[in-house]
Amino acid sequence: MDRQVKIAVIGGGPAGLAAALAAREAGVEPQEILILERDDALGGILNQCIHNGFGLHTFKEELTGPEYAARFIQRVKEEEIPCLLHTIVVDISLEKEAPGGKDSAGVEPLPPKKRILAMSGEEGIFTVTADAVILAMGCRERPRGALNIPGYRPAGIYSAGTAQRFVNIEGRMPGHEVVILGSGDIGLIMARRMTLEGAKVKAVAELMPYSGGLKRNIVQCLDDFGIPLRLSHTVVDIRGKERVEAVTIAQVGPDRKPVPGTEETYECDTLLLSCGLLPENELSWLLGVELSPVTNGPVVNESLETNVSGVFACGNVLHVHDLVDYVSEEAKAAGRCAAAYANRRAGDITVPECTGAVSGEGSDTADTRVCSLTTGAGVRYTVPSTLRLSYMEGTQLIRFRVDNVYRDAAIVVEAGGQRLRNLKKRILSPGEMEQVILKRTELEALPQGCEISIRVEQADGSKL
Amino acid sequence: MTKKYDIIIIGAGVTGCAIARELSRRERSVAVLERASDVCEGTSKANSGIAHAGYDAEPGSRKAQMNIRGSRMLEGLSKELDFPYRRNGSIVLGFAPEDRERLQKLYDKGIANGVEGLRILSGEEARSLEPNLNETVTAALYAPTGGIVDPFLMTVALAENANVNGVEFFFRTEVQSIERLAPSGEAADSAEAAQHALSGADSGEADYRYRLTTSGGTFEARSVVNAAGVYADTIHNMVSARKIHITPRKGEYLLLDKKTGGFVNATVFQCPTVMGKGILVTPTVHGNLLIGPTSEDIGDKEGVNTTAAGLEEVIAKAGLSAGAVPARQVITSFAGLRAHEDGDDFLIGEAEDAPGFYDAAGIESPGLTSAPAIGEYVAALIQERTPAPEKKNFQAKRQGIPCMQLSDPAAKKRLIEQNPLYGNVVCRCELVTEGEIVDAIRRPVGATTLDGIKRRVRAGMGRCQAGFCTPKQMEILARELGVDIGEITKNDPGSELLEGTTKQSEVQ
Repeated sequence: MDRQVKIAVIGGGPAGLAAALAAREAGVEPQEILILERDDALGGILNQCIHNGFGLHTFKEELTGPEYAARFIQRVKEEEIPCLLHTIVVDISLEKEAPGGKDSAGVEPLPPKKRILAMSGEEGIFTVTADAVILAMGCRERPRGALNIPGYRPAGIYSAGTAQRFVNIEGRMPGHEVVILGSGDIGLIMARRMTLEGAKVKAVAELMPYSGGLKRNIVQCLDDFGIPLRLSHTVVDIRGKERVEAVTIAQVGPDRKPVPGTEETYECDTLLLSCGLLPENELSWLLGVELSPVTNGPVVNESLETNVSGVFACGNVLHVHDLVDYVSEEAKAAGRCAAAYANRRAGDITVPECTGAVSGEGSDTADTRVCSLTTGAGVRYTVPSTLRLSYMEGTQLIRFRVDNVYRDAAIVVEAGGQRLRNLKKRILSPGEMEQVILKRTELEALPQGCEISIRVEQADGSKL
Repeated sequence: MTKKYDIIIIGAGVTGCAIARELSRRERSVAVLERASDVCEGTSKANSGIAHAGYDAEPGSRKAQMNIRGSRMLEGLSKELDFPYRRNGSIVLGFAPEDRERLQKLYDKGIANGVEGLRILSGEEARSLEPNLNETVTAALYAPTGGIVDPFLMTVALAENANVNGVEFFFRTEVQSIERLAPSGEAADSAEAAQHALSGADSGEADYRYRLTTSGGTFEARSVVNAAGVYADTIHNMVSARKIHITPRKGEYLLLDKKTGGFVNATVFQCPTVMGKGILVTPTVHGNLLIGPTSEDIGDKEGVNTTAAGLEEVIAKAGLSAGAVPARQVITSFAGLRAHEDGDDFLIGEAEDAPGFYDAAGIESPGLTSAPAIGEYVAALIQERTPAPEKKNFQAKRQGIPCMQLSDPAAKKRLIEQNPLYGNVVCRCELVTEGEIVDAIRRPVGATTLDGIKRRVRAGMGRCQAGFCTPKQMEILARELGVDIGEITKNDPGSELLEGTTKQSEVQ
């Protein structure tokens, strides 16, 4: 059955759920929202994350992944927001011409609607036409092939998330003697999980001189079980024709190339990979959404809107998060902004374009400046990367990651020659997402021109 | 119990399957014995997927003869058996001044071999054809008849069609020894042969000339075809005193994401050296970019491991042709072994000292292109020696598994209406549905392993490399085969993907 909605949400994981709920809370009728989920259940990857530690920020309590997801799923059900499960989006495009061609005021042409081609066993092929689309497709794990690890290609090589599914959903063991490459959070979690299930995790090798995971996971998942973390190490050979028999790791130099003579071979039957997550932006790409080469996610403005008008992004499809609480928070903003967009597009111009400006303060400001955020020393990216002042909420959250481990450092925000922030940090690490909050008023007070730079400095003020 | 066939083919690679399919045109019993768990498990699964135009082989060689014939047969065969093939053209690049002469030699060889449409191009002309080529390219040979083919589906299609026409396949059946039996015919009166004839089911004929002892039981055959790839020397030397020797020549490859599609349209070669055709950059029929192979003689016939040095070499040398080759978009790497015979040519024909034993040995590049011609040629040899009447009900055509990804919305709709499983996407990267996977398993010579599914319908062949769909594929495979998921293998026995259950499951 073909459908017309105001907001289509692609993905029913934590991001999609929170975004849909926020749109509903912003006044969009439930039947005007549609969640499209390719799996046979809502909740996304949380369903297999049976460990605790979720929700400390959102609910001030420690939940498991399924419990955290259940709270959002429950709310979506209460609000009667329609969801289509086991439904995959096979194509997405902009409608050729907006019907009517003009908005209610009869001046500006409306941005085109989005046409989604979806498929399921139950419904076959059908279209969903939407005013706004929220991209919430999540991410995937970087596979062995993309890492160029040499050696044989036997059974027993899994990404950590695949192994997690086997253990936590299927009740099956992928193996019993394990080496893990990469210290991403899923790998760390799986080191503990496999150990608790009786497997022997012999080592976690990490290419970089620091871990890519959260400190708490290193302590709770490796240190507590005596699992060695071998920093600056990588896998240089995989042996075993049918099943993994051994994995050789070696130390890498500053160029990240293996140092000859440092090889150590571990006999094992399993190699798990936790070497990074890649936002799944194949659909975004079809729509012509501009992607950042750093995050592999869309480039977005303060409303989490992409360069394609009415297309919003949130969660791990936008940039990879380490805490689901931050995903939910971000998705909420995307949902609000999409609702405002859709309402405005439908001719309800009393609704200001960006959500956060619930009080209406957005509509009476004429500051049309667009501030761009630039990354200085030590900062890899920021989300968002531009701020339209007139669409900003009272405060704006800027999230980013640093490119290395920095001790006794400071996050410095500068604009128009002024130092807006100087936040002292005992430690900054690439595995932990950082944030600064900027006030709209302080940006409006800036002299003309509006470039905001964020960088890391030593605490004593010296540059990196 | 001994199984008896008119003809036994050893090896279910593309050569063995092409021969099987040709033999299935006539009234006789044919079996294919394969040590692996599926067709296409050796050299056929790890090569460039190129349909060579035929300018490279020495005029008058077996390679030249088979290449040219195969190249002309492929397009029609791809339509008849419904496997992907595209005539994208080949281009051989010259860089140094002396390469101009090498290209001219290739051109002359091509003309002598009967390759059509060859042209020598300037560097400029080459770049206007392929804008991503380096400025360092000074001349090129263009062969419009070069093509690309899906080596997996070509092998599968040949096997399926052979099977539909009566050829039996025995997997996990490794030939351990071959024994010559007493000759019959003129010696039919001898006690030994008579006793042998009595033990056979069809006592009218007594010319079972070979007994094969395998890991899957004993077989007897009137004729044996040796299509055993890198092991063709081992098999040949079991029956013939005129020994042959095959060197496994390793080639390493990198496969790039479909996002790189269109980087080159033609298959881009470099001027050949004594070690092979150099590193090529080619689109695949599915729209990926493939770069490779290296060329290294190794001793180990199982040595299909990639090496850091090999992968680096591929990237570096591919850069010589097209500096912008997007090597960061790699999704997987693999290595294959060429079966290089010391004589540097295909060895095809009846062994001089072993009547009824036919070799198709030393089948390295251009073996994939040549396979249909080799099949035709070997079948003709056998027909000449031991004629059999044509099969009246021979099915020449095969319909492939529907491909949802490439179907237009109307066709998708129709397929899902026929079978809702075509709407259940399992592999999201390549948009492979449960319906296609079930087809792959239920087909003649169907998939029994994860790799078997991958090669038939591409599930798990995309950018996530089966990270998401492995559990679901295993579940479908276990359901269809009626086994526990713990028994599912990646490919051969010993490659089980799971190792028991979790503690909680044990308690339950």
